[in-house]
Amino acid sequence: MAILTEEQARALLKKALSYSKAEQCEVNLSGGDSSNIRYARNSVSTSGGISRNSLVVSSAFGKKLGTATINEFDDASLEKAVRRSEELAQLAPENPEFMPFLGPQNYGAPTPTFVSATADITPKQRADMVQQSLQVAKDSNLTAAGFLESSAGFSAIMNSKGLFAYNTATDINFSVTMRTADGKGSGYATKGFNDVNKMDALAFSKVAAKKASGSVNTKALEPGKYTVILEPAAGIVLLEQLYGSLDARSADEGRSFLSKPGGKTRLGEKLVDERVNIYSDPANPELPTSRWNGDGRVQEKVSWIEKGVVKNLSYSRYWAEKKGVKAIPGPDGIIMEGGTQSLEDLIKGTEKGILVTRLWYIRPVDPQTLLYTGLTRDGTFYIENGQIKFPVKNFRFNESPVIMLNNLEALGKTERTVSGESSQNALIPPMKIRDFTFSSLSDAV
Amino acid sequence: MLSQIPVMGSPIAPEAVLSGGIDVGIKKRMADVVLNAARSKGATYADCRIGRYLNQYVITRENKVENLVNTESYGMGIRVIANGCWGFAATDKLDNDSIAKATAQAVAIAKENSRLLSEPVKLLPQKGYGEVSWKTPIERNAFEVPVKEKVDLLLSVNDAAMKAGANYVNSLLFLVNEQKYFASTDGSYIDQDIHRIWPVFGATKIDAKSGKFETRQSLSSPRGMGYEYLMPRESDKIKGTPTVLYRDRYDMIEDARAAAAQADQKLKAKSVEPGKYDLILDPSHLWLTIHESVGHPTELDRVLGYEANFAGTSFLTLDKWESKKFQFGSKNVNVVADKLQPGSLGAVGYDDEGVKTKQWDIIKDGVLVNYQSIRDQGHIIGLNESQGCCYADNWSSVQFQRMPNISLQAGKAPLKPMDMIKNVEKGIYIIGDSSFSIDQQRYNFQFSGQLYYEIKNGKIVGMLNDVAYQSNTQEFWNSCSAVCDQSDYRLGGSFFDGKGQPMQSSAVSHGSSTARFNGVNIINTARKI
Repeated sequence: MAILTEEQARALLKKALSYSKAEQCEVNLSGGDSSNIRYARNSVSTSGGISRNSLVVSSAFGKKLGTATINEFDDASLEKAVRRSEELAQLAPENPEFMPFLGPQNYGAPTPTFVSATADITPKQRADMVQQSLQVAKDSNLTAAGFLESSAGFSAIMNSKGLFAYNTATDINFSVTMRTADGKGSGYATKGFNDVNKMDALAFSKVAAKKASGSVNTKALEPGKYTVILEPAAGIVLLEQLYGSLDARSADEGRSFLSKPGGKTRLGEKLVDERVNIYSDPANPELPTSRWNGDGRVQEKVSWIEKGVVKNLSYSRYWAEKKGVKAIPGPDGIIMEGGTQSLEDLIKGTEKGILVTRLWYIRPVDPQTLLYTGLTRDGTFYIENGQIKFPVKNFRFNESPVIMLNNLEALGKTERTVSGESSQNALIPPMKIRDFTFSSLSDAV
Repeated sequence: MLSQIPVMGSPIAPEAVLSGGIDVGIKKRMADVVLNAARSKGATYADCRIGRYLNQYVITRENKVENLVNTESYGMGIRVIANGCWGFAATDKLDNDSIAKATAQAVAIAKENSRLLSEPVKLLPQKGYGEVSWKTPIERNAFEVPVKEKVDLLLSVNDAAMKAGANYVNSLLFLVNEQKYFASTDGSYIDQDIHRIWPVFGATKIDAKSGKFETRQSLSSPRGMGYEYLMPRESDKIKGTPTVLYRDRYDMIEDARAAAAQADQKLKAKSVEPGKYDLILDPSHLWLTIHESVGHPTELDRVLGYEANFAGTSFLTLDKWESKKFQFGSKNVNVVADKLQPGSLGAVGYDDEGVKTKQWDIIKDGVLVNYQSIRDQGHIIGLNESQGCCYADNWSSVQFQRMPNISLQAGKAPLKPMDMIKNVEKGIYIIGDSSFSIDQQRYNFQFSGQLYYEIKNGKIVGMLNDVAYQSNTQEFWNSCSAVCDQSDYRLGGSFFDGKGQPMQSSAVSHGSSTARFNGVNIINTARKI
């Protein structure tokens, strides 16, 4: 099934709802196509195309909810799915936290999440992009491993209370690691866009190649506290642990880094440096996201941290009702404000420090302090008197993004990057941080 | 790398889970459409997997059922070699026209991408098995256990933890059934029915005055078993240790009661003094260290560079294996790979490219002797047949090399954990897994646990907190001075070993007995924000 138009999706969902005998019924329809090329050892490895669609029917009687799905769309299959969800609802135990489905919402103008050029990409175009990347590796006597994936899809929701929403989206994501033939140097670059025309696989491959060639013959520095410059692809993996944990309920329950003694929380308090501003905005042209989330709630511009103060927390609809506040859904498409300096400017202004390309294997150590551990990878360099002096051996760090953002020295210009851990895109500036805690050395290249 | 627990697939009605799926004869006819279409389009090899993947989640907190989810994912993945290059396509439309179209797409992708190839794919030979089948040996199909029985169990678990003093408790029962049919141009038609189960909980205790909180997670392990894993049996309990430990049957209610008390003890435990300690690592903890520091670096695709862009490469380069004398660990370290152990997550009859599963040595008397590999890489290490490690996590995913069970063999001399502790002057006994992180070549790692007991002069003297150990893989395994005997052997594991791009999850078990490691570096993880 190709991507359905808004009218086609509306007609199909209406038909599914017409079979409902439940007190409330909600139907979600989504589908799409994705294609990828994977390469390693300067050669294509696995690659393929995947096509999937799904219809989810949720039926409710009182506080009892049942759900069923189907991926066939003839009348009999639609009715079968509705009946099954109703049977399950009757079997399910009552959930005191169940919330009735939402009525009609005003979502505003659609955001530019869908770009035709990305949906229309051909196998030849993808192969050409990868060929460019492989050529960079061969020209520089390096070994490339990378991944290019494009996707186009749609999603729609309708319920018996009159809610309807529809969206389409495209994505193209690319990442590449270049390694020297002797395995002593490694460099990385990654980018994600909605529009394939913004994806310059050649340029990003050259960045990775330069880092690989420049990172051989590392010197070992003693572990300890260092000033670091985290490139956006490095910073995002720590920042997403912070903005992904801005949940009101766990804070209210006393089991979050935002909890305080006596059942209070840090909402409204200054948590980090006053230059830190983090928000989400579906209409941002560089990182557009859907106007609605999975349960039909409106996604609008939300300030999460403003001048270092925790401005908003996300709420489930149940918890918001209990607390008598607005049910703000969790962040989608995070933007951290930056400054005007380029990465090069930040390096120039650094007397002694370490430039970090990528952080890897990020795992929580202590939820009380949001302490995380992980390692540097694929391009770590020592800076002295404003210049990159030499590559250094990789470090393990133990650091909290809260402590990190209190030790902020400077912010560069915000750019769109991809998390190597969650694959989520965000707009993140390069960050200069003092006293970043490296706890041991790693022999890994 | 291991990820958090995601909810995969789409929800379906509970009774749909119990229907048997389509007839094997129909699957064979569908597979033949693919294999014939692939050949006619110019493929020199083709395989297809028709998969029906069922999951069930029962999700609760305190006295509430948060969600009851049944998911089903059904479709076909088609893999071909054309012009010497792999191509793959997947479809959820299984009429003859759609699968023929998907086959043509897989061949077209292979042909288009063959210009990016440095050398053609070379497959190890594999004989066809004809029509065969395999099923996880289960005693009680967990999908057939009434939903109410499962809900009641989790609510009893939560109740036990709350009555024992927990402020919050979350519990989850996660069931998996993979019904997969594999067919290839080698002449195999393999029907498999695979079952897995994973019960987990976390009990949280909060000290409102100080604002501090601690959680103790369950000491269960995910298993290739039916609901019998949740039916407690005294003979499967290890007692005399600071908390009861479990072999092949798990007493979830008993463990929840203990967890609530231990979460409270963790709040009051002494913060660790950093330095060198001898570590006594329980199998509920050690499985994860084995997974990260032995399992991953011995994956041949990582050694060769196929995972360089994401999961990473490996320090166990081919020259170390070729030397036949690379001392990975001490003489006490014997590690075996297998896809056979009953009750393990890796156990299947055949892998996802039609290879019958087996067992082989990876580390023998501390020396690296072999890797884990599949049909298109085995020739590089001189194999004549595949080791059977190929797996795809869904019909829509392409199969590739995944870790078999990788297990530390028990010590030959009789030795129990509490006897092992008697000889430790300054040490820490660690039970349960927690934080884990390792570099992309598997040298430097850091691990934490659920429970830390301080050992002084052969005796447990109390509980510690804020503990993590950091080490280098080779140094760590060479410090292994003793491994307990077979009576202490237990399986740990995960459903969520992540690898590949797009990332796929694989379920894998790691067996061991309690083991001792001398002079490991402990750091203190306490911070203030």
